[in-house]
Amino acid sequence: MTHRQAFYLSRRQVMRGLLAASALGVAKFGAGCTSVNSNATGGKGEPLTVGFIYVGPKDDYGYSQAHALGAAAIAKIPGIRVVEEANVAETNAVQETMRSMINLDGATVIFPTSFGYFDPHVLAVAKEFPKVQFFHAGGLYQEGVHPNNVGSYFGYIDEAQYIAGIVAGHATQSNKLGFVAAKPIPQVLRNINSFTLGARSVNPTVKTQVIFTGEWSEPVKEAETTNSMADQGVDVVTCHVDSPKVIMETAEKRGIYCSGYHADQASLAPKGYLTGAEWDWSSIYTQYAQELLADKTLMDDSIPHLLRGGLSSQFCKLSPYGAAVTAKAKADAEAAKQRLLSNEVAIYKGEIKDNTGKVQIQAQQEMKQQAIELEKMNWLVEGVDGKVTG
Amino acid sequence: MTTEVLGWWGVPLGIVAGTLRGSAPFLFVSLGECLTEKSGKINLGLEGTLLMGAMSAYAISYLTGSPWLGVGAAGLAGLGFGLIHGIVAQRPRVNDVAVGIAMIIFGSGVAFFLGKPFIQPSAPQLPTLDFGAWSSLPAVESALKVSPLFLLGIAIAPLMQWFFRSTRWGLLIRAVGDSPDAARAMGVSIYNVRLLSIMAGSFLAGIGGASLSLFYPGSWTERISSGQGLMAVALVIFARWNPIQCLYASLLFGGAQAIGPALQSVGVDSYYYLFNASPYILTLLIMILTCSPQRTLAGVPGALGKPSESRL
Repeated sequence: MTHRQAFYLSRRQVMRGLLAASALGVAKFGAGCTSVNSNATGGKGEPLTVGFIYVGPKDDYGYSQAHALGAAAIAKIPGIRVVEEANVAETNAVQETMRSMINLDGATVIFPTSFGYFDPHVLAVAKEFPKVQFFHAGGLYQEGVHPNNVGSYFGYIDEAQYIAGIVAGHATQSNKLGFVAAKPIPQVLRNINSFTLGARSVNPTVKTQVIFTGEWSEPVKEAETTNSMADQGVDVVTCHVDSPKVIMETAEKRGIYCSGYHADQASLAPKGYLTGAEWDWSSIYTQYAQELLADKTLMDDSIPHLLRGGLSSQFCKLSPYGAAVTAKAKADAEAAKQRLLSNEVAIYKGEIKDNTGKVQIQAQQEMKQQAIELEKMNWLVEGVDGKVTG
Repeated sequence: MTTEVLGWWGVPLGIVAGTLRGSAPFLFVSLGECLTEKSGKINLGLEGTLLMGAMSAYAISYLTGSPWLGVGAAGLAGLGFGLIHGIVAQRPRVNDVAVGIAMIIFGSGVAFFLGKPFIQPSAPQLPTLDFGAWSSLPAVESALKVSPLFLLGIAIAPLMQWFFRSTRWGLLIRAVGDSPDAARAMGVSIYNVRLLSIMAGSFLAGIGGASLSLFYPGSWTERISSGQGLMAVALVIFARWNPIQCLYASLLFGGAQAIGPALQSVGVDSYYYLFNASPYILTLLIMILTCSPQRTLAGVPGALGKPSESRL
């Protein structure tokens, strides 16, 4: 009997518990990072609620900020209501965020923007809510394998890195460039290779020193890495980490040039900022928003499941050139940009050797940006000092 | 811009530079924890205090334009967190480790929440003392830019050692930490001594946070501490509750952070995960080598971590 009493809950206790739990949930939303930008002036009555989920803070000068700028752009479109949550880990937390966006905020379209959200989290929630559409940044969708309410998009930002490499190749005096990279995954390697190919297209003696920090966000190690590169005579650094802020600031302190990534970091390094490879999600998100408002859906295939592009389809752009960029560098960079915009040349055109001397792309062979081989890149191009395997 | 190449000399230089740049947070947190643990309480929450210190220093430096006010604010934030920990952890039969973990979560939560608007702006940084002006090598020059906070930390370590050994107050703290009953018999208020020790230790940890956001790496992001606060708490055990050894241990850990990048920059690009893990491996090794089932750790305060039975 005592046992029963130990577990007995009165109606009042249950009510109190439920109230407390829901108050906590509300508090979490209020204090957390959900903000609602409503702009429902359209005559359709109910606005379309779009949820954006970021892995980091929205103003980190990095990956999440780039997406948040895109979300802010579509929040201005009449008939669209944007809900956002930042700092959502790539764990079950993102599933809970997606469920609460759908159930509590009435979101019918979700943009989970971090790469690691896709498998298994987006896939699991997408199966649960077949009427909600999920657009994931990462280009991981596979026809027939993944639910048909999932779409995927990604940009060939290495085109912008290629042009940034041209600018860096002109700016360097020591002929040593530095690349602070998080992890040796194909997208990072492709950025390193394109940056190096760009630099070597104007200055064949350039070498790129790559250092892997091992984590997406590790400010102390990133600063340490930038410093040790500067010690070794590197005079232009760029990076592929979540938030390049510390790297740009350290480079500026050391009096070397830097080239940004993800978003515009010019204000952090007014003297040394050359240019940068930026995402331009606002044009893509606007395009999606207009299709969604026109009642197109992924499920009836009127919105393509896979959307990719580079400079020409406005997936990415370059930061405005900094004061240190010479007229010659600007001319070369603009010429290369025109060639990429008109899709007449490929960055990966044979013969290309990797840095162990092995031929990776045969002479006469040309790999367009869409080539699937490029997405499985596991080598570093000739001229890069570094190794893929740790 | 230089084209001089240091080559392999870059590795020792990088490690020395990393030590000078990166040790201060370890130093302040470990000295603070040393003081706290000498009084018999553990404050794991210093990780949260470190973040709170980093955030408040950055925010105040940005808002007022004076980095030294920022350092002061970081210290005050530390005091406040110390007060909370000191009161809660001394409630009867409360486990201070559990309170510490709660304080980590609380501290980082408050810091992230209040720090949102300060991620973007750039705050004025602390001035540095340039001991490298004699050198023509920019790498050496930059390596020898020393933060005044770091020098302050180096000065505090022997001072604290002297304080414990040669002053009445130091003796009281040691007495409270080693044998609370004896201290109580002496008529000392254990509660007050511990509260003040925790607050002073927390104050130091807050200053350590200021060094993170106002000197190196010199910006406020949510990942700024990357566990340094917790590592520094472990350093105290490693340093046997001795402030001078805390100094050495902090230098070692500060320098170890630079090993991975420095080696990769001269072309040693294998095993970088292993090099990056070197501080942790080092700690484990030393703990394994020095522990023994026959005796307790030398230098451990007798009443460390035992919950208070009553308030006095």
